[in-house]
This record gives sequence, C-alpha cells and structure tokens, in this order.
Amino acid sequence: MNNTKKKSSVGDLLMKLGPLLVLALLFIIFTIALPGRFLKVANLMNVLKQTSVNCLIASGMLLALITAGIDLSVGYNAILATCTIGVMMQNGITNPFILILCAILVSTLCGFINGTLYTRLDLPHPYVSTLGMKFVIWGVALLITHSQTIGFSNKGIDAVLWIGKATIFSFGFPVCFILVIIFYILFHIFLNHTALGRQIYCVGGNPEAARMSGIRSKDVLTIVYTISGFMCGIAGVVLAGRLNTANTASAATFDTDAIAACIIGGASFRGGKGTIWGTLLGALLIATIRNGLNLFSAGNDIQYIVIGLVIIVAVTIDVFRGKFEANARKMAAASK
Amino acid sequence: MADYVVELKHVTKRFPGVIAMRDMHIQIKPGEIHGLIGENGAGKSTLIKVLTGVHVPEEGEIYVDGQKVSFANPVQAREAGIACVYQELNIVPMLPVVDNVFMGRKVTKPSGLLDYPRMHKEAHEALELLGHPEVDTHTECGKLGMGLQQMVEIAKAVSIKAKLLIMDEPTSSLGEQEVKQLMTTVRKLRDEGIAILFVSHKLEELFELCDRVTVMRDGEHILTEEMSTMTNDRLIQAMVGRSLENQFPKEFGTRGPCMLEVKHLKELGVLKDVSFKAYGGEILAFAGLVGAGRTETMRALFGADKIDGGEIYINGKLVSNKNPGQSIRNGIAFLTEDRKGQGLVLSESVKMNLILANMKRFKRALLLDHPKIEKNSQEMISTLRIKTPSSNEICAQLSGGNQQKVVIGKWINCDAQIYIFDEPTRGIDVGAKIEVYNVMNQLVKEGKCVIMVSSELPEVLGMSDRVIVMREGRVMAEIDRDSDHFDQESIMKAAWGGAIA
Repeated sequence: MNNTKKKSSVGDLLMKLGPLLVLALLFIIFTIALPGRFLKVANLMNVLKQTSVNCLIASGMLLALITAGIDLSVGYNAILATCTIGVMMQNGITNPFILILCAILVSTLCGFINGTLYTRLDLPHPYVSTLGMKFVIWGVALLITHSQTIGFSNKGIDAVLWIGKATIFSFGFPVCFILVIIFYILFHIFLNHTALGRQIYCVGGNPEAARMSGIRSKDVLTIVYTISGFMCGIAGVVLAGRLNTANTASAATFDTDAIAACIIGGASFRGGKGTIWGTLLGALLIATIRNGLNLFSAGNDIQYIVIGLVIIVAVTIDVFRGKFEANARKMAAASK
Repeated sequence: MADYVVELKHVTKRFPGVIAMRDMHIQIKPGEIHGLIGENGAGKSTLIKVLTGVHVPEEGEIYVDGQKVSFANPVQAREAGIACVYQELNIVPMLPVVDNVFMGRKVTKPSGLLDYPRMHKEAHEALELLGHPEVDTHTECGKLGMGLQQMVEIAKAVSIKAKLLIMDEPTSSLGEQEVKQLMTTVRKLRDEGIAILFVSHKLEELFELCDRVTVMRDGEHILTEEMSTMTNDRLIQAMVGRSLENQFPKEFGTRGPCMLEVKHLKELGVLKDVSFKAYGGEILAFAGLVGAGRTETMRALFGADKIDGGEIYINGKLVSNKNPGQSIRNGIAFLTEDRKGQGLVLSESVKMNLILANMKRFKRALLLDHPKIEKNSQEMISTLRIKTPSSNEICAQLSGGNQQKVVIGKWINCDAQIYIFDEPTRGIDVGAKIEVYNVMNQLVKEGKCVIMVSSELPEVLGMSDRVIVMREGRVMAEIDRDSDHFDQESIMKAAWGGAIA
C-alpha cells in the first residue's frame, strides 16, 4: 500500500511538473541553438517584461475558468484602462495616483458589470455577457479616444509609465514583474487559504451544491468577474508604460494569450481546477516561445502555429495525467 | 433452440491489481425475468459491462443461443441481440422520440437519405409493443416524464430485436405509478420471449417481478434460485454474507419541544397547503408518492425555492428562510435526495466538502485554519466511519455510501438543530444504510429534530416515530407509531387519497 502510494505520488509529481519540464527543455534548446543570444540576463529580463501584462490578465482569467466560466472582455478592458489614462492626461490631469486609481476603477466597474449581467439576468454562460461587453468596451475605448492613438512620451506622467517601464537592480529586473510576483502570491493565498477562494473552486465544481450549502453562488461569481476586471485595470496601467501609447488596436491577442496561459497551466474549461503557479508557468512558456522564435527571426506566422500546437499538447498531457491518476488510484485500491 | 439465451462460464475480469469478477457463471433462459442483486461493488456493473461488450474478460466463455461468442466492443454485443437500459438514461432531450429510438442506427431510402416515415412507423410499433401507443414519436423526449423516457430507451432495445434486455436499476428514478407501468411492460416483453436481466436494489420488486434470481458478492456468483422458493432474509444473507439481525436498528429518544412548525405553506402549482409540527428527539417521516410535494415542502422551508405564502416557526419564533444560507444560520440542515447534483462538490476533497456549509467556523482572522480543518476531517472520518484513503481524496472517488456520510458530516459541522434527510439511503448498500440509520438515532438521542423523506415504506415504518403522508401538495394524514394505523396499508391508502378510518 505504502509502496504504491509513493510510486504514484512520484509519477504524479512528474506529471504536475510537465509544463516546467517543457519550459526547461525549451531553455536548453534555445540556449544551444542561439548561442550567446538567448541565455543572457538582458534577454531573460526581456522575457519577464514581455510576459507581465499576460500574467496580470491571466490571473483574473484563471478565476473565471475555475468557476467554469470565461472572460472574453479582458483584452479591451485592459486597453480601456490605458485609454482612460490617456484621455484624462489629455484633459490636463497628471497626478499619477488619480490616473492609476481611475484606470483601475473603470476596469473594475466593467468587470462588475460582466458579473452582474451574467448572474442577475441569468444569462446561459459568461461567454454571452463577456463577449457582449468585449464589443461594448471596445466601442467605448474608441469613443473616448476619438479612435486616435494617444502618445505618452514627455507628457508629464512618467510616474505612471515607470511601473511598466522601469527596471531595478544592476541586472535590470523589471518592476512590472515584481508586481506580478506580488499579485501571484496574493492570489495563491486568496485561492488556497481564504473561505472565498475555496468557495470559488466549490462554485466551479458544483454551483447547485454550493448554493444548497448556503454559499451565495451568484455573489461569488460576481466577485470573480469584478476581480478579473480589477486585474485588467492593473494590466492597463503596466501597458501604458510598456507601449508608451494608448492604442485600441493592441488588444488583439490578450484574451487568447491569457486563456492559453491558464489552460497550459492546468485549468479546465469544465471548472473546479487550476492553480496560479500553473498559470505563471503557462504565461512564461508562451513568452519564452515568442522570445526564442523572435531571436530566430521567425515571424508571427510561425509563432502562432507553435503556440497553438503547445496548447493542444499541454491539454493532451493533462488528459493523460487524469487517466494516469485514475489508474494509480485503481492500483492503490486493489493493493489495499 | 438452445436452453439458454445467454450463458457465461468461468468468466474472470481483472483490472490492474484487482479482480472485479472471478469465475462468474450465469444462465439466462429465453422469456424469463432474471433478477440480479448484490451490494455496491459486488460486481454487478462489471457483469453488465462484460455482457454488453464494454469490458473484455480475460478468461471464460460467453454463449449466445448456444453459440460461443466474444465481444470486442459494444456494437458486437448489440448485433448479437444484447441491449441494456442504464440507470442514467441515454436520451437526448432536445431530439424527438423517433431520433432517440434510432440513435446509432438508421433506416435509409435508396437515395441514402433517412427514411423518416418508416422510422416513425417502427418506433411507434416498438412503443405499442411496450403498451404505450399514446406516445407521439414526434414529441421532444425532454417533454416526456421519466417513465416514458425510459420507455423510449426500452423501445430502442426492442427495435433492434434484442434477445436479452438488461435493466440496471430501472426503477430508481420512477414514481410508484411509473414503476407499475414498467412492470407491466417488462412482463409483456417476457411474454414476447425476450429475456430480461433485472438489476435492482429493491427486494420487493425482485419478489414481485422475477422468475429467478442470482446473487453476487465480491465479484463472485453466490447463488441462483427460483424466486418462489426464496425468502427475504435468505436473500439479504446471501448478499451481505452474514445475517442482518435487523435492517432498521431503531432506537427511541425522548420527545422534546416543538422545534419546527410550518403553517399553511404554499407554492404555486406545487404546494397547496402544508402545515405540520416537528419535535426534538423524534424522527418524523414524510411518505407519499413521488410528486406528492414532499421534497418540494423541504426545499420551500429551506429557502431553496420561493414560496407564495405560509409561515415557518423555529423554536416558536417566526423566521424567514429566504435562501439556504439564512436557513442554515437558523439551524436547519438539508441532505438533498440528489447527492451528486446538490450535496457534494465531487471535484473537491473530502476535507473541503466537510466544511462547505460552515467555512466561517474554520477561519482564523482572514485565512482558513488548515490544521483545524484537518483535525475536524479526521474526527468526522473516524466517527462517521468514512472509508477514504485520506482527507484529501476527491469525493468523486468515494462510493455512494461514503459520499452520503461526507454530506452528513458537512451538516453536523453546521451544528444544525433540525436535520432534513431526503431519501437518505437511496442508492447505497445495506451496510451503509444501517450506518446512516445509526447517525439518525444518535441525532435523536441528542435531542435534535430529524425529518426523513422516504419512498421506501419499510424504511418509514422501521425508523420513524411519526409519519406524515402527503398527496398532491397537501398533508393527507398524520400517523403516530403507537397508532393502529402505523402500517403499510394505511400509508398507501392515504397516499392514494383514501381516508383513514
């Protein structure tokens, strides 16, 4: 009994580290194939910088996925936050605190609307409410910016841009990734050590059982989408510094990148599972692939193909992991 | 013609590290209703899966009409004339009856397109044979009742000219009336020469319906006998491998104060006028036919459904139970009849399910107190005797009885005063049933108020102190254990709308 348990947990661990192993493998391949170019501190810091926005958006997306939902509005919600900063700046407001606060508030409000529409109108799936809101937010962003790109350089809001741009330490560690680390630790604590966090998993696993146990499933879901909106706001602030502009066209792949990070990291469309560290690995994996292929001077075409295949492979591994675990359980039960 | 329509000889099925079926043999005669019974995990499902080609056995032989066969997949078994109606129906509710009857099969015109006129005709013929010519084959299946949906499933089997029809727990989700209809249909099929393998947990049904019965235990064949020479006790003994002194270990508490009073509860189209009182230290049972409004009464007073009138008093105080959360704070626990759908989060651990309804109790400041949760789950696992490798096991992996114990543990953690058990022993095996009864006994002895909704009359009579019989959203009768009317006959009479003298 003990023996099998040990064996299965080793196998289990190996499988859980799947994305990590893939990441390590990629590192080795890129290091060998791109001598002196990939494995450089400056380049690695670049990867972290490039992945920050996706990490922040994916954390909120993860919550939605755990509840068996999805948030399709994330990309334009983040852009709306950036545009809010831009428009307020054009109107003469340069106080960084007010700008950041307003950007985050606008996105959080959008998230709250997402959740409210879904839960109070009894829409069949958040796909509907967030898809609708995606277009509404997109339109609003175009409306307030008059469909113009807003440049941030030398406009007196460098303090806001600092978050997305600045690096610290002698080796240039990006500030925005420190933000990611802080939020991911908070998410880890939230999801595993608070009642609300566990309730999110329970509502995702079985909303009716959660309701019959006295959990206000609708409120929990509304909070989930509000948090997703909040994280888009943070991502929008980082985006301002990263892009130096507010441009509605830059949201193109934000939503799919975030979903990909979560799915590669072990979340499931069926809900009830997924971890924040898995999501981090997923996001890093995507960023590493992009970075490596960029250094090979491969274009977007190749990058999309590779990332698409990685998603399929990652989920396939996950399916096999499930079967493997079920088998290990049967063995354990048999040897009892 | 062979003596047996289907025969198994020395069949063994192994899974990695476990023998699910060992040296099994069974002989099914044409035109007989053959009962199959055994506790959960006795190997009944494995037997069914071997017969339907889902599992391929490692050893042994299968004969159909005296011909040796081997099924590599379900299609081959179907072609050999073995069909199965599973407990959970394979019905697509959005599709009309005809498409469901012909699922996985087709009748085409020379052009290659589906020949719907013929499909409708054949589907109708199959339903007619089952005694249900009134079903329109154009109706969406989802609009039919459970009983008729099952008939559609049986029609599927009939239309492929099945020789053996396996029915796995066919009555578990049917009402009394529908069970009667089903039995009529099953007898009709027998008279047509079709053999039926009838798998059931309910002994009364087997006695009423079956010609012969086979008992399985631990993956082995225990006995096969004529039903007419069989007794209840011998059947149970064969099933559990020991004699059960008493199926219902009733213990009496002392009746305390009135803890719950419901006055004129109304819910449009469901509850017409329900009033009753429940006391501490007693088990109050709710009997009646399926659809009489028993579960609906409980859901309404628990705040799971909106009510259209009525008052609820707990310990003499008027309360408003607008949602389950409020009711839980008012001291009510509700073990729902649908354990998997409403009781448990199957994808979560035993530990987390145990604290699901009262996470507040396990918080230290803002965070969950994991050591406390672990200690609590260890206590629950040992006092309720939940069989699980660890408190971190996912609930989906537990057996039905153990899942039910987890739900009970969840409510005990809420420190509830009033416990509503809705069909608490449905689908769990005899041993686990007794453990559930013992939990009820324990609660009653602690002075808690226990309400039990049950469709099993022996259970109602065995465990309750008082019975309320409902019919069509009303209370029809209230019968005390001491009364002369505390028997099956009176309860059934009231359930069917008759007056008790």
